[in-house]
Amino acid sequence: MSLYTLYKNARLLDPASGMDMIGEIMTCDDKIAELGQRIDAPEEAAVIDCMGKCLCPGLIDMRVFVGVPGADYKDTIINTGEAAAAGGVTTVCVQPVTDPIIDDMARVEYLENRARKARVNFIAFPAITKQLEGREMTEIGLMSHAGVRAFTDGNKAVANPALMTRVLKYAAMFDALIIQHLAVPELSDGGCMNAGALATRLGLPGIPTAAETIMLERDIRLLKSNPCRYHAAQITCQDSIDVIAAAKESGMAVTAGVAVSHFSLNEYAIEDYRTFTKLSPPLRAEDDRVAVVNALKNGTIDVIVSGHDPEDPESKRVPYELAEAGVIGLETMLPVALELYHNKLIPLLDILARMTCNPAGILGLDSGVLKKGAPADLCLFDPDVPYRIDPEKMVSLTKNTPFDGRPIQGRILRTIIGGKTIFEYAP
Amino acid sequence: MSQADRTALFPHQHLLGIEGLDQQAINYILDLADKYAEQNRKTNKKADILTGLTQINLFYENSTRTRMSFELAGKRLGADVINMSSSGSSIKKGETLLDTASTLNAMQPDLLVVRHGCSGAVKLLSRKVNCAVLNAGDGKHEHPTQALLDALTIRRRKGRIAGLTVAICGDVLHSRVARSNIHLLNIMGARVRVIGPSTLVPANISALGVEVFHNMKPGLEGCDIVMMLRLQTERMHGGYFPSISEYFTLYGLDYDKLSVAKTDAMVMHPGPMNRGVEIDAAVADDLIRSAIQEQVEMGVAVRMACLDLLTQKKRNPGGGASDGCGGASSSEGTSGRPHHQTKKPGMEI
Repeated sequence: MSLYTLYKNARLLDPASGMDMIGEIMTCDDKIAELGQRIDAPEEAAVIDCMGKCLCPGLIDMRVFVGVPGADYKDTIINTGEAAAAGGVTTVCVQPVTDPIIDDMARVEYLENRARKARVNFIAFPAITKQLEGREMTEIGLMSHAGVRAFTDGNKAVANPALMTRVLKYAAMFDALIIQHLAVPELSDGGCMNAGALATRLGLPGIPTAAETIMLERDIRLLKSNPCRYHAAQITCQDSIDVIAAAKESGMAVTAGVAVSHFSLNEYAIEDYRTFTKLSPPLRAEDDRVAVVNALKNGTIDVIVSGHDPEDPESKRVPYELAEAGVIGLETMLPVALELYHNKLIPLLDILARMTCNPAGILGLDSGVLKKGAPADLCLFDPDVPYRIDPEKMVSLTKNTPFDGRPIQGRILRTIIGGKTIFEYAP
Repeated sequence: MSQADRTALFPHQHLLGIEGLDQQAINYILDLADKYAEQNRKTNKKADILTGLTQINLFYENSTRTRMSFELAGKRLGADVINMSSSGSSIKKGETLLDTASTLNAMQPDLLVVRHGCSGAVKLLSRKVNCAVLNAGDGKHEHPTQALLDALTIRRRKGRIAGLTVAICGDVLHSRVARSNIHLLNIMGARVRVIGPSTLVPANISALGVEVFHNMKPGLEGCDIVMMLRLQTERMHGGYFPSISEYFTLYGLDYDKLSVAKTDAMVMHPGPMNRGVEIDAAVADDLIRSAIQEQVEMGVAVRMACLDLLTQKKRNPGGGASDGCGGASSSEGTSGRPHHQTKKPGMEI
């Protein structure tokens, strides 16, 4: 097989450079060798006609939970990889919430070894604190030296302010990124949906937006005297957006993400206690959802994540309060995010930036761009194909999607990783 | 009345909550319950309309009065009634709600009466079984038969519900009784107020169509009905108020606070009461003001009506012309089958 593959007649979309033109890309082995309106490809190059569809850098998803190790019945790493590929995601950032918990280099290597069988790039985010207990920090220095880029306690916050202060001081020495899950435990524990009139009507314990904003405000305060690279994993309300915007304004190295669910659904998706809508942080009120869309538009929110979290039926076919939080999302991330483009709220390149060059920049990856020499991780999609989301047609082993039946536009046609096509849409 | 007429009045397969019912359905239940209330005061309280049917009372939370009330209602109507509670059963062994539901469903019950500590749990269960499901209280969500028995008590004493001013006082936050009553009273055209400390009365509850008060006297002023709620300390983690004595001083119902309500204002409580916490013993025992005993009595009648209505289609599968009850002939005359005679229940809308 030829070393070269020519993707011709493609609408090349590169958010980093702002490129949006019909052209060609040639890959050589696992790198992008050339791109432009017209390329003189070697004769032996394999040729793929993209039929004028969109070709963008493969998506980078900064928030994915996997069932390996510990809960293979929910999900295997191979399956996560297949689901990612089906969603145009070429790099998956794994949260340390596994059994055993990924909190040292041996476990990072174990996970990344397991992940080699899947053909998608897996990056493990080890824990900030040992066993996610929020008491002692992990070997942030050793892991950073071994190439780890970011640390997070996944779906737990580092709640103790004294420990967080030490973490920020320490991590800064290694230029490590600290990713915080924003929730004051005393305000969020036991809650299962957004606090408000709907929670009162349904009789469900609520989680106020203050649980998120207070933790963010506290961290910003600590960062002012202990500068460190900091990323708010998910922000879901106007108040938190204001805090991030002010921090950025003052020049702090702060970034923020949001999950697709939080800008495409509001708390009313819960309807009759649908456990597939249970998330952490919870789906918010409509005003906050709109605020998140605006924050994505003006750049206050840098990153869109899927928050992919496979939960088996046993964790979801229970009363709402007892259900596990989490939804799958790798396969629906791009199509659902494209609603923002179809509704003329955010330009296509800006949406793609939040899933490609922005996370790449935050994590220091050389992917996420269409550039000569960059990894040949690509996503070919047609933004206009209409269909309804059908969980039965999804690749994910578990089907806990909150978007069941949602009409959307946008289909991933082909996913290329390291120059190889690892997913191709078959009708 | 034909089966079709009845189905039109009460088209529901289950009774999961008050939300979603209309005036017509509620009046229909109350009219029928009125007749059962009369029957329950006779020496022979037994009817046979549920003969051959099986009723399972599945209680995940401890309960004495509600479970007994449902048991008595089922037995008076002739059903085979079985009680299952969470202690000492497979529930304790870790069986999931839905597995228990399938197991019970396989035993072919006709009625499942379910209480569960989680909001929405009864609705979840109702999707997995073939029989009628009655919500006997789900978490902090709804307790429909309590609201219906309260409504029946009010209607019998006051002659109407529409236009009355009703104050619901105390721990609204944790109360399914409050939510069901708010829905029902609004549907029936009463004016509803809620009174309690701001930690136990969420401000956003006004979205349900109530006026919110944090002081007893302004809230009770001019009220026709004062509904006290039990302080649900078992659902409270962390202090919602500083002490029982402060709570009683500010929110406990005594004659002084009651004096600003209408002179004939009726006092209600879903029980069990915490005397000296939310209600003064003297008020609770005041036979003229307090309807607490009557509420318990109406509870059985309302539950008989609900069990009756939810099995009507099953007992009259033809759904056609016959106005009789489900096949079995009665030897007890009108007292045994009050509503199955041709007499149309008086509508009160």
